[in-house]
Amino acid sequence: MKQIVVISGKGGTGKTFLTASLAAIAKNKVMADCDVDAANLHLMMDPQIKNKEEYVGSRIAVMDKDKCVKCLKCHFACRFGAIPESLEFDPFSCEGCGTCALVCPEKAIAMQDEVSGTIFTSQTAYGTFIHARLKPGGESSGKLVARVREIAQKTAEQEKKEYVLIDGSPGIGCPVIASLTGVDYAIIVVEPTLSGIHDMERVLEVVAHFKVGAGVVINKSDLNQDNTDKIRAWCVERNVPLLAELPFSKTVVESVVKARPYPELYQDLISERIKLVWDSIK
Amino acid sequence: MSLVTFGRIMIISVASGKGGTGKTTVAVNLAFSLKEKVQFFDCDVEEPNAFIFLSPEIKKTFPVEVSVPEIDYDKCNFCGKCADICYYNSLAVIKPRLGNPGKIMVFENICHDCGACSAVCPVNAITEKKRTIGKIDLASVKEIECLQGVINPKEILTPAVIRQEKRFIDKTKTVIIDAPPGTTCPVVAAVNNSDFCLLVTEPTPFGLNDLGLAVEMLKDMDIPSGVVINRSGLGNNCVHDFCEKNNIPILMEIPFERRIAELYSRGIAMVEAIPEYKEKFSDLFRKIKTIVNKKN
Repeated sequence: MKQIVVISGKGGTGKTFLTASLAAIAKNKVMADCDVDAANLHLMMDPQIKNKEEYVGSRIAVMDKDKCVKCLKCHFACRFGAIPESLEFDPFSCEGCGTCALVCPEKAIAMQDEVSGTIFTSQTAYGTFIHARLKPGGESSGKLVARVREIAQKTAEQEKKEYVLIDGSPGIGCPVIASLTGVDYAIIVVEPTLSGIHDMERVLEVVAHFKVGAGVVINKSDLNQDNTDKIRAWCVERNVPLLAELPFSKTVVESVVKARPYPELYQDLISERIKLVWDSIK
Repeated sequence: MSLVTFGRIMIISVASGKGGTGKTTVAVNLAFSLKEKVQFFDCDVEEPNAFIFLSPEIKKTFPVEVSVPEIDYDKCNFCGKCADICYYNSLAVIKPRLGNPGKIMVFENICHDCGACSAVCPVNAITEKKRTIGKIDLASVKEIECLQGVINPKEILTPAVIRQEKRFIDKTKTVIIDAPPGTTCPVVAAVNNSDFCLLVTEPTPFGLNDLGLAVEMLKDMDIPSGVVINRSGLGNNCVHDFCEKNNIPILMEIPFERRIAELYSRGIAMVEAIPEYKEKFSDLFRKIKTIVNKKN
């Protein structure tokens, strides 16, 4: 079983667009959306939900005001600024560590588990699809990603599928790290902008650390030829294959608006090159 | 005319939900268009890009440090309470046996610096040592004070870097915070305690989906918001319809234009090359002030 993740560093480069396109081309796979903060792939897959799983990802400190003696030990113990002197706990700063509950001499603070999201297993025309929704403001996206991946892997094993195709998230933090561990290949979608190049270099540092094979796809490649040339040269220098250059086209946005994977609507240079991406990495 | 709220001028955060909609574009161009004294924070500490457009001169750099536990084996009795209390599974106790001395394994890179382990240790065997996980650059360009937080690749404590960066907030200035994409803990840390959050979106189903999540997050946090539609004209009307239906003010629309994209690709802020946009961003600021005024 081969696990392939699509990441970018920079947001908005076209990860979900590419993953949806690969979903229409690749056979014999399970799909997972690991951009749990702002999942979009389900919008392209028309999923029929078969199973929902509640995700308890975090906990929150809750104070029993009747027991509180206002000693302020919790205020001094909290390192996340969640307990001001007023003792009005800030749920958005609380990280659920439990230190306040530990130090409270009156046992006035309890740590409550929070259902912070849901994991969906669905059937689609492209195969089984796992995605998740983390509640806005939620925490522990990394752990949720790990659970999504766990279900995707188990499903692929049960269904005897050859590939797990994963839509990743932007950035380089714990959701991305959780998408990279144990994966076989990372496709990095980059745009030819200074921001895009800067971010690509940082995400590739993380990819290299996890010793994951990687290839680059340049999206909107004709936006800035100088930057596209820079990326090409960088790929040669670092020995990272350049899998495809996809020129900007309004048809890409149109396919998102129509909620259909690109190769189903358009048979053109872009869909041809996406097919070649799959051929070279499968 | 300056606005004073809660003993400070104003903190405006710029978020989106969806990545790549134009947060940095809007935040930077807003900063360049104001007459007020501005402090700019790039809080997208995993992938900070604002300095590409601000081109500020870096004056000073501070390390971002967190504490991790250090075990004094002269005192440690291997009771295991530290590993039990750790919510993040950063500690593992290997008890001594068969002549092996035993060890407390500390997984430093997942330690969240909460202090529970040192607080719970009954024999005071845990002290703390500092670890660097990133940096904060202090810089300036024109009259704008600029800061960026940068987390080291492979580190996971994004919110910690953001919180330390925000300690530099100067309450006498108009603060603009460029937030990361998403709707979870990094964004919460970036937008928390702001007076207004500007949501930048694109007029597509992806933009709409993530805008909805961001709006939900801000409602929970009780932070007033308004929308900027970027690349207007490339997509459909779903975002306009959503905003109208939910009474969310659309404060500005930036049309999809190749020249704006090209300027962006070269690291140039649009107000520097297309001066008419300066007035548009000033206008955006005036609208934000009006909304914040009304709330107070």
